[in-house]
Amino acid sequence: MDELKKELKRNIISQLNLEDIDVSDINDHDALFGDGLGLDSIDALELIVMLEKDYGIKLSDPSEGKNIFTSIELLSRYISKNRTK
Amino acid sequence: MKDLSIIAYCSIKDNTIKLNNTTRVAKDPKLSFLEFAKKAYKEQVLDYPKFFKMDNLSKLAFLASDVLCNSDIIKNEHKEHMAIVLSNRSSSLDTDRKYQATIIDPKNYYPSPALFVYTLPNITIGEISIRHKIKGENAFFVLNKFNAEILTQYAISLIENKKSNLVLCGWVDYDEKKYNAFMYIVARNGIYKHSKEFINKIFNSN
Repeated sequence: MDELKKELKRNIISQLNLEDIDVSDINDHDALFGDGLGLDSIDALELIVMLEKDYGIKLSDPSEGKNIFTSIELLSRYISKNRTK
Repeated sequence: MKDLSIIAYCSIKDNTIKLNNTTRVAKDPKLSFLEFAKKAYKEQVLDYPKFFKMDNLSKLAFLASDVLCNSDIIKNEHKEHMAIVLSNRSSSLDTDRKYQATIIDPKNYYPSPALFVYTLPNITIGEISIRHKIKGENAFFVLNKFNAEILTQYAISLIENKKSNLVLCGWVDYDEKKYNAFMYIVARNGIYKHSKEFINKIFNSN
């Protein structure tokens, strides 16, 4: 699980072009949106694509993302439970 | 009506940013545009992390407009109704190709939302407007080459018809690592002559 969390942090930083942010700057329970990492709605769509591309998870209802993308902790738990690759 | 004039102008090419023909940023010409843009951002901007999410064309337009709009030349209260008229040759082709790469293989079909939003050249105007809270008229022309006549006439029309008192005009082109930005601000009381001849002269000399 810890390796998955690190991998997610690395992917989020590189795929969402988060400048000057390091893996160690993101805590597992930090909010990804709003006051946390400050991700926006386009970032949310990119995360949905990342879920499908990297982990074979297709969100049938995009509004599910609101809960899944709350933090690295919740995201990693969801991926562990639902990944197909 | 009193002749219009140009308040200030800015150019970016060969990894150099000039304001009114004075160098503001000069970096190794061997650096890639992305490397140059990052260094220029760190020296000239610093407070806008969304810059790093932009495509190359928007980064280029953002840097040129930021140097102009954040100079002491324009007061914040005047920016709100500023019009923006930009042009280029390559439209958003550089990003269009990158987006196409995400959808061309049916077995690896993952359209990138972050790339898709930049597959129109006038998004550059949106980025500038958001940054400076500009709500004026705008237009983006895709032309074979820089055309001072179109920009001049459009700026005159906007100001004579009282649509705006300031017009940010220019050329911002990026395609396959080649880039060139040239912007200037037209107003009633500026320093430089607002004529096709003068604009062509500063476009070619910068």
